Amino acid sequence: MDARFEYLLRLGDDALILGQQLGLWTGHGPVLEEDIALTNIGLDQIGQARAWLSLAGKIEGADRDEDRLAYFRTQDEFRNALLVERPNGHFGDTIVRQFLFDAYAVALHKGLSDSKDDELAAIARKSAKESAYHLRHSRAWMVRLGDGTEESHDKVQTSLIQLMPYTGDLFHSDGISEQAVGEGWGVDPASLRSSWKEVVAETLSEAGLDLPEPGPEQTGGRIGRHTEQLSYLLAEMQVLPRTYPDAKW
Amino acid sequence: MRTADDWLRLLEMVPDPEIPVLNVVEMGIVRSVHADASQVEVKITPTYMGCPAMDAIADDIHTILTPLAKEEGKSLSIELVYAPAWTTDWLTEAAKEKLERYGIAPPGTTADKRALNGALPDVRCPHCRSSNTDMVSLFGSTACKAHYRCNDCSEPFDHFKCI
Repeated sequence: MDARFEYLLRLGDDALILGQQLGLWTGHGPVLEEDIALTNIGLDQIGQARAWLSLAGKIEGADRDEDRLAYFRTQDEFRNALLVERPNGHFGDTIVRQFLFDAYAVALHKGLSDSKDDELAAIARKSAKESAYHLRHSRAWMVRLGDGTEESHDKVQTSLIQLMPYTGDLFHSDGISEQAVGEGWGVDPASLRSSWKEVVAETLSEAGLDLPEPGPEQTGGRIGRHTEQLSYLLAEMQVLPRTYPDAKW
Repeated sequence: MRTADDWLRLLEMVPDPEIPVLNVVEMGIVRSVHADASQVEVKITPTYMGCPAMDAIADDIHTILTPLAKEEGKSLSIELVYAPAWTTDWLTEAAKEKLERYGIAPPGTTADKRALNGALPDVRCPHCRSSNTDMVSLFGSTACKAHYRCNDCSEPFDHFKCI
């Protein structure tokens, strides 16, 4: 097993699953502008996923392109963090999930911009501009909802308490990430936690929200151990190419 | 036989599918053109990673250049590159003026220090030139634009996101 292939699947699958989830908001946003914003962010995520997975396929050298990797792997072959497969829920749930991920993505892409792997660094530098823009949007909504009405405040506070335990995967180091750091082409997930926490704490303080008490964290996404939600999502995402494998449209 | 510069001039005939007043060279999407005895190689870079226009742009370049390359017995290859990352600074002043005439408020420069503290730039209405405008949404009709409104002439308009 090539560590760089595994590592790229983690990057690509986070973006792919989150992009697919945001796409489900098409036509369901609370207002037109937000409908467009969520799907625009989803489009950026799919674009990033395409770049990461296409590089993964190239490194694997088994003739699998980004579409093959996206549509013809089973649930236990996906390497996304558990956070991104949490259901969309209500608008506040989606915003909290997005905010927690964006704050991580900004730190991640910044770190990866210095990768010794030129192709990896190029995708990271490009993604960094987009993730910073996404964070600006999700952060603004955290403040607006947290500091909004009593109802919006209580809803996002509950979303935070429910989603925070699923951030474990984002900062979980293992053999793959150790090799990535040792060879200089990847970053140590654990090293991203402090800058992530700083952004989260500072935003929640402005939003009048409480940082949930530290508790047990769920991990497993990086080794293919997923929650039930992912299977429904993959079923919907993969049904067309699996039914008509050579279809063009 | 055409030189790389000749091919670049031909690429100026390919409009951006979403913003047809600009061609793909003015947009900064075409990064380099290389021509040798056997092939013409064009490198293109996306404005945004998920920009759905990239496939259309590659198709349009093929439609215009492939027959001309064949005349010289050459093949055409189009490669998508991510580095260096596209920036709005690559839009020329002339391109920015065309954008404004077309009804899209052009981007400022990324050197604008206010962007560092998350402050929004002053955006001039492309219709009445008033600076009394508000951002409606950070995201607009395409991946590269944000949505604004003019408080003087009441018209909505797109602003090219500054990255």
